[in-house]
Amino acid sequence: MIKYLIKRLILLLPTLLGAAVLVFFLLRLVPGDVCEIRLAGTGLYADPAEIALCRKDLGLDQHIFVQFLDFIWGYATFDLGKSMWTGAPITHEIGLRFHLSLQVAIMATTVAVLIAIPFGIISAVKQNTWIDYVVRGFSIAGIAMPSFWLGILIILGLLIGTQEILGEPWMPPIEFKPIWEDPVWNISQLIWPAVATGYRYSAVATRMTRSALLEVLREDYVRTARAKGLLEKVIINRHALKNALLPVVTIISIEFAFLMGGLVVTEQVFNLNGLGRLFVESVGAQDFNMTQQLVMLVVLIFVLTNFFVDILYAWLDPRIRYS
Amino acid sequence: MTTVSEVQVEAEIEDLSKRSSVLDAVITMLRKQPLASFGAAIVLAMIFMAVFADILTSIDPEENNLEFMLEAPGEAFFLGTDQFGRDLLTRIIYGARTALFVGFTCAIIGSTLGLVLGVASAYFGGLFDLIIQRVVDVIMAFPLIILALAVVATLGPGVENVIIAITIPFVPQCARVVRSNALAIREIPYVDAARALGFSHMRIILRHMVPNVMAPFLIMLTSFLGQAILLEASLSYLGMGVQEPTAAWGLMLQGGAEEYAESAPWVAIWPGVAISLAVFGFNLFGDGVRDTLDPKLRSQ
Amino acid sequence: MKNTYSKFAVSLAVGAGLALGASAANAETPKSGGVLEFVVPGKAPSYDGHIETTYAMVHRVRPFYSLLIRVNPDNPSDPSDFVCDLCDGSVPEPTEGGTKYTFKLLPGVKFHDGTDLTSEDVKATYDKIIFPPEGVASARKSFFKAVESVTAPDESTVIFKLKFPTGSFIPALATPFNFVYSKDDLDAHGYTWHKSNINGSGAYKFVQHQKGAFLEGVKNPDYHHAGKPYLDGFKAITSAKMALSIQAIRGNRAAAEFRGFPPKARDDLVKALGKKITVQESDWNCVLLATPNHKIKPFDDTRVRQALTLGLDRWSGSKYLSRIAIVKTVGGVVFPSHGLAATKEELVKLKGYGTDIKAARAEANALLKEAGVPGLEFTLHNRGVDQPYKVVGTWMIDQWKKTGMEVKQQVNPTPVFYDVLRKKKTFDVSLDFNCQSVINPIADITKFLGSAGNNYGSYEDKVLEDSYNKILQSGDVAEQRRLIREYETRALSDEARMMISLWWYKINPHRSYMKGWKIAPSHYLNQHLDNVWLDL
Repeated sequence: MIKYLIKRLILLLPTLLGAAVLVFFLLRLVPGDVCEIRLAGTGLYADPAEIALCRKDLGLDQHIFVQFLDFIWGYATFDLGKSMWTGAPITHEIGLRFHLSLQVAIMATTVAVLIAIPFGIISAVKQNTWIDYVVRGFSIAGIAMPSFWLGILIILGLLIGTQEILGEPWMPPIEFKPIWEDPVWNISQLIWPAVATGYRYSAVATRMTRSALLEVLREDYVRTARAKGLLEKVIINRHALKNALLPVVTIISIEFAFLMGGLVVTEQVFNLNGLGRLFVESVGAQDFNMTQQLVMLVVLIFVLTNFFVDILYAWLDPRIRYS
Repeated sequence: MTTVSEVQVEAEIEDLSKRSSVLDAVITMLRKQPLASFGAAIVLAMIFMAVFADILTSIDPEENNLEFMLEAPGEAFFLGTDQFGRDLLTRIIYGARTALFVGFTCAIIGSTLGLVLGVASAYFGGLFDLIIQRVVDVIMAFPLIILALAVVATLGPGVENVIIAITIPFVPQCARVVRSNALAIREIPYVDAARALGFSHMRIILRHMVPNVMAPFLIMLTSFLGQAILLEASLSYLGMGVQEPTAAWGLMLQGGAEEYAESAPWVAIWPGVAISLAVFGFNLFGDGVRDTLDPKLRSQ
Repeated sequence: MKNTYSKFAVSLAVGAGLALGASAANAETPKSGGVLEFVVPGKAPSYDGHIETTYAMVHRVRPFYSLLIRVNPDNPSDPSDFVCDLCDGSVPEPTEGGTKYTFKLLPGVKFHDGTDLTSEDVKATYDKIIFPPEGVASARKSFFKAVESVTAPDESTVIFKLKFPTGSFIPALATPFNFVYSKDDLDAHGYTWHKSNINGSGAYKFVQHQKGAFLEGVKNPDYHHAGKPYLDGFKAITSAKMALSIQAIRGNRAAAEFRGFPPKARDDLVKALGKKITVQESDWNCVLLATPNHKIKPFDDTRVRQALTLGLDRWSGSKYLSRIAIVKTVGGVVFPSHGLAATKEELVKLKGYGTDIKAARAEANALLKEAGVPGLEFTLHNRGVDQPYKVVGTWMIDQWKKTGMEVKQQVNPTPVFYDVLRKKKTFDVSLDFNCQSVINPIADITKFLGSAGNNYGSYEDKVLEDSYNKILQSGDVAEQRRLIREYETRALSDEARMMISLWWYKINPHRSYMKGWKIAPSHYLNQHLDNVWLDL
C-alpha cells in the first residue's frame, strides 16, 4: 500500500510540471505586459524608459528561461513570490480569497448532495416511470442552464421581488464577511451563488447516483438477495447503496475540486472576491506571477483530489488491487 | 464488450429495417426513448432556425434602431428589443447560427482529434503512449473554463479563437476514452495477425481499430455539443468570446441586458432561455445516443 | 490663466441645480458621523498617486492625502477655480514675469504618523514628481516641463521657479494625483514605499484594504480643514462591473459610484426609488475618437477619412445613443463647455457635424467612389470595456453600415488593445480616447498632433504642428480661440485625422442621504471626501 501511495504521488509530479510549462509559456505569448497596462492603461503617454524600468523591477527583462527556472524553483521551495500588479505576496492575495471560494464550494456541495442523493435513488428505483422522467428532466435542465444566467435571474428576482413585497429593494451583500464575524451577513451573501452553482452540480450528481445504483441493482449479489426474498428497501439500503456510492463520491469530489477555481463566471455575477475572479483579473492585468500560481493551485487541488479518490477506491473496494 | 455492442447495434438496425416506413422507426424511438426524441426534436428545431434564419425573419439582426430601444415584447417586437433597439427574436434566431456553428465545429474537431490520438496512442503504445497520456493528464487537470480563458487571453477574443479555446480541452477527454476502448481491441489476435501479414499501420488503424471505437467516439461527440454551446455562452458573457455586433446568446446577456434588467427583464431572460433550451436538447439527445450505443447502460 | 479664462468659465454642472430633491442641499447644515459606503469599478495597481493614472486609485486613495492646491470643492465644475489645500490663503499670483510662484503653507499640519508637514515635504514630493532620480517612475513628469526648480527657503515657504511663463502650471499643480508625501518616508523607505503604504495628511486615515473586496478609511481628527471631515469613515467597495454598481445603489449596499452611469440606469433608479435618489450631472473631460491608421490603405486617403467622419450622425447620436451610453455632447477638439470650444454654428461647418445626415452620407459615398473604394470594408479595433467603448463601437459600426460600408469589430482586452495601438499598429481604424483630469485645453488638444506620444494615427502633419505652436505662443484669448478653430478644422475636417464621436457626459445618481459631494467635470476630481456628510 505504501509503495502504491508513493508511486501515485510521484506520478503527480509530471502533471504539475506540465501544467507549469503550459501556463508559463501560454501567458508569455500574450502581447503587452503588466508594466504597459499600469503606466499607460488609461491612455496617457508612457515613457518607454519608465516601462523598461518597471520591467527591470519585476524581473521581466530577464531571459525567459531564467524566469521559468525562478518560477519553478520558487514553487518547489514554497516561495510563491509577489503579485506583479499589487506587489503583495501571492500567499497573502490568495489567502484573502481562498476562504470565500472554499465556503462557496462547501455550500454548493451541500446543496448538491441534499438534492442529488434522494433524487438519484428515487429515479433509479422508479426507473422509467413518470417520477424518473421528471427527475431526469430536472437534472438535465440543471446541466443545460448556465449558472451565471441563473445568478442573474436570482438577483433580478430578489431586487424586484423585495421591492414588490417590502417596498424597498433588497440586494445580497456585495462584500464578504467571514461566517464567525457575521453569520447572517455571510449566509445571506453566499447562499445565492451556492444555489446557482449547486443546482448544476446536483444535476451531475443525481445522474451519477441514478446510473450507479442501477448498475449495482443488476449485479449478481443483488439478484441473490432478491431471490432470497429480501425486501427491496433493505436491498437498496443495505447492499446496493453502499456500493453505488463510490462513483458518486468520485464525481462529487472532482466537481468540488473544479468549483474551487472554476467559479469564474458566477463570481462575476455576484461580486464575489474569490479565486475565479482573481484569475480573470490577473489574466486581464497580465500579472504573470499571480496567474501562474493560481493555475498551479487549482491544478494541485485537482490532482490531489483525484489522488485521494483513488486511495479511497483502493481502500473501500476490495475488487481493486493496487499494483 | 465492443463485440456485444456491435451485435446489438446490428440487431437494432435490422430491427428497424424490417419495418417498412420511417414513421414506424420514429414511433419506435418515441416509445423506447421519449426523452431522447424530445431532445432530437429541439435539436432539429435549432438546426432549422440556424439554417433558415434569413427566411424566418426579414429583419437585420445587427441594425440599430435606437428610437425603439428596450421596447417591451408586443406586437411590433415579439420578444421585445435590446438597448440598441434590435429585435430580440431576430437576434435569438441568428444567435442559433453562432451557437450551433461553434458547437458542431468544436465537437467534431475535438472528438476527431481525440479519436486519432486515442487510437494512435493505444496502437503504438510504448513511449509515444506514455507521452500522450502525460499531456492528456496535464490538460485534464485544468477546469474547462480556466483553460479556455487562458487560451482566449493568448489568442484574443473572436469566434475562431473561441473555437480553438473550447476544442483544446475536448481533445484529451475524447482521446482518453477512445484509448481505453482501443486498448481492448489491440489485444484481440486479429490485429496481431494483420500486422504479421504485413499490413500497414494506417490500414490496420483505419480498417480494424477505428470502426471498433466508433461507439465511444459518437458518445463523446454528442456530449461535447451541449458543453461547447455552454462554454461559448460563458466566454461571450465574460466579454472574451464572440463580439458585437454578431448575434450570440451569451453576448446578449452581457452589458446592457444586466444593467437594465430591472426595467427591461426580457433582455436578460430570452437569450438565457435559448441557451438552456439548446443545451437541454443536445444533452437529451446525447443521452439517447449513449443509451443506444453503450451496452452497459443500454437496458436502463 | 485664472483671470483670462474666468469670463468663459460657464457653469458646467448642468445637473448641480437639476438634481432631484437635492436643491436644498447647499443650505443644510452638515451632520457629523456615519460611514460612507461607495462602489469603485476596476482595481488600483498601487497606492502611489505619482505613478498611477487610473481613477480606481484616485477614488480609493485620494481621501488619505492632501494636495498643495486643489479645485474648489464648492465649485468643482469651474475649470479655473483653484483653492489652497495645504497652502495658506488663496492660490498665489506669479511674480517675476510669471516665472515664480511662492506658496506659504498652513501651519500645524500633521501627517497621520504624527510628524509635522513642512515645506521640505512639499519640495521632496514635487522633486519626486518633476525630477525623479534615475530609475524612479513619474507618470506626469511632462506636465511640469516648464519648472526649473523647487525650493524651500524656510519651513513654511515653497517656491516654484519656471523657465518660462505658462498658464498650464497652476492646473498641473492641482492635478489630483500629486499627493504630498513625507520627506522622512521617502528618505527612510525609498521611492517605492508609497506603492503599498499610506501616510498622508488627508481627511481620512488608512485602516485596511482587503484586496479585491474593499478599502477602509477612518476620520482624521487632526485634519487641517477645521471641522472636517464630517464622516466617521468611508468604505470603498470593489464592484466587478457596472450592472453590479447600479444594483448595489438600488439595493442600498452602497450610497454612490463616482465614475458615472448611462441615463437609462439613472431613470431606472429614480423610477424605483424616487426621492431616495439624487442625480448630479456634468459634461465630462473625456472623449472617444476613431483613429484611422494612416499607414494602412486606403486610410492614407483624405477622402476616405472624410467619408468616415461624414457617416456619423452625431446629432441623432446625441439624442438617442446618449440614453444608453455615458456619452452625450457633440463637440470638437476642446471640452464643450469651455470658452475655447466651438459653438454649434462653428461646429456645423465641419465635415460630419452638419445637420443633414442624408446629404452627408451621399457625400461620403461620393468620396469613397472617387477614392476607388465604394462600399469600403474594414475592421474597427476596440477596447474590451463596456462603457462607453463597446457601446459606442457598436453604434459607430451601425452608422457606417447605414452609410454603405461593411464594418466588423475586433475587441481586445486592454493590454492587447494597447499593444496593437502602440507597437503592432496593425489596425484599420481604432477606437481611441482622450481623457484628462483638470480641464486644460491647450494641453489636452495635443492629442491630435501626429508627434504626440498618445497619438496612434501614424501621420505627420506639418501644418497642424505649426498651427499648434502658434496657439502656444499666443497670449491673447480671442486670438487663441481663432487659432484653435483653424487647428480644429484642419484636424477634424480638412484632413480628418481623427473622428470625434461624442464627449462623455457624467451622470452620478446617488443615495439622497449622501450630501455635500459635488460633481466635477472629471471622475478624477473632487474625491477627497472631506466635505461629504450623511443625512441619516
